[in-house]
Amino acid sequence: MMTEGMQIRVLVAKPGLDGHDRGAKVIARALRDAGMEVIYTGLRQTPEQIVEAALQEDVDVIGLSCLSGAHNHLFAQVIELLKKHHAEDILVVGGGVIPEEDIPLLKAQGVKEIFTPGTGTLAVVEFIKKHALPR
Amino acid sequence: MLCLDNLRERFLQGNMRALAQSISLVEDNPELGAKFFSLLGLPQGNPRIIGITGPPGAGKSTLTAKLALALLARGERVALLLIDPSSPFSGGAILGDRIRMHELSGLSDVYIRSLSTRGSLGGLSAATARVLRLLQHGNFSTIILETVGTGQAETDVVMAVDAVVVVAVPGLGDDIQAMKAGIMEIADVFVVNKADRDGADRTKLQIEAILGMQEGRRVHPIQVVPTIATTGHGVDKLTQALDDHFAYVEQSGELARRREKRWHKEFSAYVANILLGDFFSWANSQGIGIMANADWAEIEVYGLAKQATAQYFTERMKRHVEED
Repeated sequence: MMTEGMQIRVLVAKPGLDGHDRGAKVIARALRDAGMEVIYTGLRQTPEQIVEAALQEDVDVIGLSCLSGAHNHLFAQVIELLKKHHAEDILVVGGGVIPEEDIPLLKAQGVKEIFTPGTGTLAVVEFIKKHALPR
Repeated sequence: MLCLDNLRERFLQGNMRALAQSISLVEDNPELGAKFFSLLGLPQGNPRIIGITGPPGAGKSTLTAKLALALLARGERVALLLIDPSSPFSGGAILGDRIRMHELSGLSDVYIRSLSTRGSLGGLSAATARVLRLLQHGNFSTIILETVGTGQAETDVVMAVDAVVVVAVPGLGDDIQAMKAGIMEIADVFVVNKADRDGADRTKLQIEAILGMQEGRRVHPIQVVPTIATTGHGVDKLTQALDDHFAYVEQSGELARRREKRWHKEFSAYVANILLGDFFSWANSQGIGIMANADWAEIEVYGLAKQATAQYFTERMKRHVEED
């Protein structure tokens, strides 16, 4: 299939120290199958590395996956760094093992949506298609 | 929508995000890209463009990262362009070459960008030439282009770069594989990666034997460099082999010839694109048109294409005469 014009670009990133990226890979494939260009950077990334990759790759969306419990700290750092680089227009969503009670705080910090275990991949695709800003 | 003047200003200040956004602009939209290029003028720098190609799993990304580190260590500014294939079904892509680039993160003199082939089959994307041209405005001394994992025929890279590094690995087949046309013919430097594996010496000898048979075609000997990309072993020799290559092609005038050929190829690709687009907009505006009338299974395809093209040119000429 020949594709022309803009495609949604998404960085799927694993901040922190947990070593499980099956969920991130499932999401990456679903986004690819929805026609998006997905940059995957592997395990154990620092917020600095994630934001650097997002800026260099000119992504529209950052999807953060975290299973270690450090999401409050790590997601907030990513948002802070984006602000520091005047890149708060990049849509940030998160996923992983994240307790209900943490979600309001994360959203208040600037994470647009949190997808917890059991969310269908289609819901993630639809959310990104609806909220990614046109370039 | 981006303001081009503002983008140009930030780009020329060396803003990394502006560089990234400019690449998206020329990648997504050749028309706007052309406007942006006219705002930029001619590139000030004269970076070397190196292509890294070879079969999937040969270690191209790891080697690319190590080569970039070696160039950074001697004070260069380096851009990396990493190509991965798009899905033939959805048009989407998973771009995973950055996984091997962690050693380069946090360094200020390197820029890394992943591109999808977006349906192209030659190992690069249709936009690669434009993106490379844009990077020439970015104050880099070297640009490294890593192709998709290649088989025997994905040789577009040779027209896009100043130097082609073909990465081979031991154990991929007998020496007849190495004699086939295509990818084995395009190397300026060969790398035998994973040189700690069994058969590496034999692979190197086989490649050298094939190159020996080709002698006479080139004055400058092609070096075969064993490397172990994961440890960085041999990367200094690769850097040296590339320096030798550039010294030769600069002095012999071959570099200028290659760059001229590259310009012609990009030019003719755009002409083909513009003509093709105009042909189909004409054919569709005919409503039924030749295409729709055709019972495709009954019609010889080349004959119809000739007939349709002839009709297209006749009508286009008529319109031009009327407009004058």
